[in-house]
Amino acid sequence: MNAATRAVRQLRTIRVTRAFGAVVEGEALVSTEGFSPRYDLDRWSGLISRPGHALEGHNIKDKILITPSAKGGIAAGWAFYDIQHKGLAPKAFVFGVTNPVMVQGAVFAGITITEGWSASPYGQIRTGDIVRVDPKNKTLTLIRRGVSAPSVPR
Amino acid sequence: MLRGDQGRAVQEALQLQLEVGRFFGAQCFVAVSNVHMMGDIEVMGDSGKSFLERAAALGGKCVRPTTTNARCIDFAYVGRLQQDPDEARKEQELIACLRRMDVITADTCINYQTLYQPHLGEHVAWGDTGTVIYANSVYGARSNFEAGPAALAAGLTGRVPAYGFHLDAHRRGSFQVNLKADLNDLADWGAVGKIVGSAHQDYYAVPVFTGVKRSPTADELKQLGASLASYGSMGMFHMVGVTPEAPTLKAAFGGNKPAAIMTVTNRDLERVYESYDTQNNPLNLVVFSGPQQSLFELKTLADLLRGRTVHAGSQLFVTTSNGVKSAARELGYLQTIEQAGATVLEGVCFYILQNLPQMRVREGWSNLVTNSAKLANIIGAHKFNTILRRTAACIDIACTGRDAR
Repeated sequence: MNAATRAVRQLRTIRVTRAFGAVVEGEALVSTEGFSPRYDLDRWSGLISRPGHALEGHNIKDKILITPSAKGGIAAGWAFYDIQHKGLAPKAFVFGVTNPVMVQGAVFAGITITEGWSASPYGQIRTGDIVRVDPKNKTLTLIRRGVSAPSVPR
Repeated sequence: MLRGDQGRAVQEALQLQLEVGRFFGAQCFVAVSNVHMMGDIEVMGDSGKSFLERAAALGGKCVRPTTTNARCIDFAYVGRLQQDPDEARKEQELIACLRRMDVITADTCINYQTLYQPHLGEHVAWGDTGTVIYANSVYGARSNFEAGPAALAAGLTGRVPAYGFHLDAHRRGSFQVNLKADLNDLADWGAVGKIVGSAHQDYYAVPVFTGVKRSPTADELKQLGASLASYGSMGMFHMVGVTPEAPTLKAAFGGNKPAAIMTVTNRDLERVYESYDTQNNPLNLVVFSGPQQSLFELKTLADLLRGRTVHAGSQLFVTTSNGVKSAARELGYLQTIEQAGATVLEGVCFYILQNLPQMRVREGWSNLVTNSAKLANIIGAHKFNTILRRTAACIDIACTGRDAR
């Protein structure tokens, strides 16, 4: 086992407080800013479109979106189902704190969602890393580091 | 219900509710007496429409009075706003489908002012966040944010899982806000919501306002609540001596210790107004919407617009409900507003208008001036640069194209 592998193994599994959905694995998209599928997202491309959003220009499709909070609105309930049917949904939403709309919307669309974490994922998980979300065991695990430093597509 | 004795639509609705309840650790369900749901073609898209058509085909019928929130099309204005006729047709099909399920398509986001005023402790299932925070805070009723599919599920089953604001534990104040600002305009109340909401983005953060200088009006509390819900994702506030669960500061906190104490002054409000910038683009769009205007707000607009005309090249939009627009017509307010050159839409909210991004490009809109802090926040995804101004200043901008500030 080389040093890098050992380092990754040591990266702890973070426990999440509440969770719904299937086990998923994918590329992390880590936001320091809260998220709303209405305020921040272009629902026809999957791009974060709100000018000045921490993830502006990133696409959420097939990602595991890690975000501290939910913003606003009731419309997320339909919006998640809509992006799921357009093939633009993320694999999972990992929220620090969320609101019922995000949960209702994710359950309705069948998208994995979690709320709360035992330790902050910031600094431990970076955009581009491969992570696994396991709702049954309530865990978020770093599987391996991303190959290159992420850049924001424009 | 779970066995399917009451049909597949009810069975699936309850399954959705059980999963959501499980997520939040709900121990039981509570019966609701009234449901308010968001369901329009812009927000749900073709997939949502197919879902509803299937639910209607399965025989789903609401067992509680269920009303609809503002939608994306005022059918009288489809041509003038150059909205997509196909989407307008879908919206009409959607309305017909909801009516088959016994949904009352009232199309308003101010149901709490115009349709139904729940009493203290009454459990309801409402969506649009502005309606929920008003129900919880001003009426002392009990609701979580219910997204469209979740609200419909409540309409079909007559119940919701008991978590969040249905429980006493979440209704206690969590932090204190001392109001030292004068708060003389609706926009000032929205600005307070922006300051407080942005600083505490948490559904379960419950601000307790103290120091209010006079008893606020329903429209002022509406702007405050809509803004808190929008910037802070909050579902409840208390105002000592004003709202029913806050006869005293102590009662509002219910044994909680305030996690923070903040103060909002006139200077703080000025800083909010100063934070907006025209980016050297024209001030050619002014909007009163989000939430829809009450009859009193329409009267104020009529008084401010009497004898004036919207500036050449500018547009002024107002949205309200069918009922309020009809009353305003009877009273002559509508004619005054329209004679000034404004467009008054019914049953819609500006930020969800079908084709709004295309409209923005076609009309050359960059800035959007409004007295609604919620609208100033929510319309960002459509790439508007928003500017919050007091009501009279909004009218001056609409009539001159200039910001006197």
